[in-house]
Amino acid sequence: MTNVQYKVIVGLEIHVQLCTKSKMFCSCAVEFGAAPNSRVCPVCLGMPGVLPVMNRQAFEYAVLVGLALDCRIPMFTKWDRKSYYYPDLPKNYQISQYDLPLAANGFLEIPLESGGGKKIGIIRAHLEEDAGKNLHTAGNFSQVDLNRTGTPLLEIVTEPDMNSGAEVRALATELQRIVRFLGVSEADMQKGHMRFEPNINLIITKDGAEYRTPIAEIKNLNSFRALERSVNYEVRRQLDEFLETGQVMEMGNKTTRGWDDEQEVSVLQREKEEAHDYRYFPEPDLVPVELTPEWLQQIRSRLCELPLQKQMRYVEQYKLSDYDAGVLTAELSTAEFFDEVVRDGAEPKRVCNLLTQTGLKIANEKGCTINNLGVTPEGIAHLARMVEADTVSSSSSVSIFEVMVETGKGPEVLAEELNLIQKSDAGELERIVDQVLAENPGAVEDVTGGGKKSKKARGFLLGQVMQKTRGQANPKVVSDILDKKLD
Amino acid sequence: MEQLSAKELRDGIAAGRISSLEATRAVFERIRRFEPTIGAYLSTCQDMALERAADVDGRIASGKTVGPLAGVPVAVKDNMCTTFGATTCASKILANFHAPYNATAVERLLAADAVIVGKANMDEFAMGSSTENSGLKQTVNPWDTTRVPGGSSGGSAAAVAARLCFAALGSDTGGSIRQPASFCGVVGLKPTYGRVSRYGLVAYGSSLDQIGPLARTVEDAALMMNIIAGHDPADSTSVDEATAPVCDYLQKLDEPIKPFRIGVVPQFAAGADEQVQKALSEAMEIYKKLGAEITEVEMRHLDYAIAAYYVIATAEASSNLARYDGVHYGHRTANPNDYVEVYSKSRAEAFGQEVKRRIMLGTYALSSGYYDAYYLKALKVRNLIRSDFSAAFEKCDCIMMPVAPTTAFKIGEKVNDPLQMYLSDIYTIAANLAGVPGISIPCGSDDRDLPIGLQIMTPTFAEDKLLRIARMYEKETDWHKKEPRLAND
Ligand SMILES: [Zn+2]
Repeated sequence: MTNVQYKVIVGLEIHVQLCTKSKMFCSCAVEFGAAPNSRVCPVCLGMPGVLPVMNRQAFEYAVLVGLALDCRIPMFTKWDRKSYYYPDLPKNYQISQYDLPLAANGFLEIPLESGGGKKIGIIRAHLEEDAGKNLHTAGNFSQVDLNRTGTPLLEIVTEPDMNSGAEVRALATELQRIVRFLGVSEADMQKGHMRFEPNINLIITKDGAEYRTPIAEIKNLNSFRALERSVNYEVRRQLDEFLETGQVMEMGNKTTRGWDDEQEVSVLQREKEEAHDYRYFPEPDLVPVELTPEWLQQIRSRLCELPLQKQMRYVEQYKLSDYDAGVLTAELSTAEFFDEVVRDGAEPKRVCNLLTQTGLKIANEKGCTINNLGVTPEGIAHLARMVEADTVSSSSSVSIFEVMVETGKGPEVLAEELNLIQKSDAGELERIVDQVLAENPGAVEDVTGGGKKSKKARGFLLGQVMQKTRGQANPKVVSDILDKKLD
Repeated sequence: MEQLSAKELRDGIAAGRISSLEATRAVFERIRRFEPTIGAYLSTCQDMALERAADVDGRIASGKTVGPLAGVPVAVKDNMCTTFGATTCASKILANFHAPYNATAVERLLAADAVIVGKANMDEFAMGSSTENSGLKQTVNPWDTTRVPGGSSGGSAAAVAARLCFAALGSDTGGSIRQPASFCGVVGLKPTYGRVSRYGLVAYGSSLDQIGPLARTVEDAALMMNIIAGHDPADSTSVDEATAPVCDYLQKLDEPIKPFRIGVVPQFAAGADEQVQKALSEAMEIYKKLGAEITEVEMRHLDYAIAAYYVIATAEASSNLARYDGVHYGHRTANPNDYVEVYSKSRAEAFGQEVKRRIMLGTYALSSGYYDAYYLKALKVRNLIRSDFSAAFEKCDCIMMPVAPTTAFKIGEKVNDPLQMYLSDIYTIAANLAGVPGISIPCGSDDRDLPIGLQIMTPTFAEDKLLRIARMYEKETDWHKKEPRLAND
């Protein structure tokens, strides 16, 4: 058996659909699921004589992502035409950016499973228009739906800095969180808002010599699961292929593969990377975009605390577990809600429990976000403080939260109405304890007598007190009084 | 009535002295008589025109305000999209194409209450200098029906010259307004790139294309410019009002520019036909009498203009014309075997020779490995030509040169020699590359009584000055009043 070791090398191309109201170069609505060819106009249909007009919002969204990825944002960018013939591309060229992308040289930090983070280099990010969809549902011909044509797409290209399927997935997930936090994309995988194309190869060390396997690009993946699995599959496949054939990377032997989600295998699409000539040239119908310092500053001011920063801050500042901090920062709405409750003076750990164990559960059931449950951050802060002050028990707070969502009433009112206010008044509870002890001399004897009946008798006495207070006594206080009386 | 200029007709209609309906009927009567010979139009829209004319008359009778071109019958080159009739670009590939929208320039004509009588013939996709490349029709020169009207706006020029309309819109990518204007003895203005919206103009060379008027007089050209010039949010390359405000081109039209200097490039103009040169010298003499000073300017890169143009224009065209593929609209081949054949056969069947030649030229120029040597080099030449103009305009107010090296040539004379044909645009192309405005005005006739044009160019967005300089000459001469004698007239 020879000594074989390998290192996985993955770079990723990601297309993110931006959530602008209108398309990249016309005023048609960007809408998913509308009747075919109902969201089109002469411009996105590529009719003779039409001209594109840049959607400023899309440009600003794209720059904002560039800033979040710590990219260099050039003050001058331009548009280029990328030519290829395909029925879903009505002009037979795509307006894109070639040599002067709007963002370059950045990085994205991903959380590692082993804890800590890793910086993945971002080569560039540029804007382009999406194509339509070819439908092959009819008989002997295909149909084209051009609703998607002209939708703004941000293409992000990473350095080949990822070394496992898990890291690739982490990057994709992190990017999803970022664009959602920035409010520039819904990043809904089901709607194809994010599409991935990993480039994978291996550096194999065999008997002291180093070999690089041919790069394979997997096209058009649209789920995290498929992304991770396809990378893992490709690693095994390339290793096997190398051991079998010894094939190494050389000029022009990059292949293009597709992912079969059912069979969980990658399938060869194009043997050799054809020297595809897109005949790029500057788009004469659009003027170059010149950013001013003021405009850039205006875009920069929309940058918020990014999810991973926030997550790490929750761990450090609030001593939350990394897992909990991750749950709270998965969605911007949750994180913002959490921040507001904490700002209202509630104890972060307590708030975290309320939100992760109750709030998000209800939101999930209702299929909405936590800020749409009808409860206010002040209300939840109040509830958290009531738990803090032992006014209600932790377990009661769950029911109160649920009824707050149902009725919209405040936690204090509900605690009263539901009789969930804990009695912690030592004086009053002492009188009740005395009464119980007087009514149950046998049990008192069992406790004070020690022995194996003692523990059970003590529990019985505590239960009697709870019964007399209809569950509202703070068990801890009662227990303390019992200890004092029966010692 | 057909002897009136558009401005005179407009004033007459607005004053209630002339009926637009009568004027429009008179135009259609002439179309009935002469169009079979001239072939200026690809389509006419008589019903719509008469209806609009009657509407204008009615509104004027009832004292309502009307637009600045109310009731004036005009023609539109068939590469401008209209919701009425077809928009064919004189190509078989768009022979049955009906646009779902109006070009901005057309919208502006309609808003000015103009009466559009039809869509004028042209070289297919505006590629040509004689209108012989029309895939649908032959237009002849009204001065000599065995000769070409020039191109690519040959239909527009012939229609104006033959009084088959009172003014027309053309488009100019390398001389396509000025050269046919010169051949047909009418005024043709190519505005500054960005002055008139290109929205709805079917693109040939996007960075060069510009819509402009063909008219009987400089004054009519100014009137047309008042209507079509101005910023259009739908065209990102149209210049905004703050950068270059549009003025009323009629307001100061009759005020001469004084003193002013005319730049000439003698060795460049020397390539023109002797009779053309003679007419030009005579025009210079008139300007001298009007107080102009003639000064020689050096424009060292003009000789490279044609080469740069045929790289840039064809490169853009190869991309602009990619959309005519038979998939979404236009001609589609019968029974294709697969989608690639939908493309290749539809295009092979419906594009003409010259269009195919230019698509191939442009595709080649943009191909990887050739881009730097051709396209990029051409862009550099373009910048040098721009600098030539800026330097020249430091020394003079305008530059004058011939419009074309010859007068109208015989039909068929150059069709088999594309390079010879390309040379017809040697004097006009530079203005497109530099983006500056240029006008062609009638300045003489050759011994066959064929019109000769004088070309004047000014710095960008100085159309007001350009028109005033042209108008100074027009007031001193009668060349613009000469009319072709049509058979059966
Ligand atoms: Zn649209």
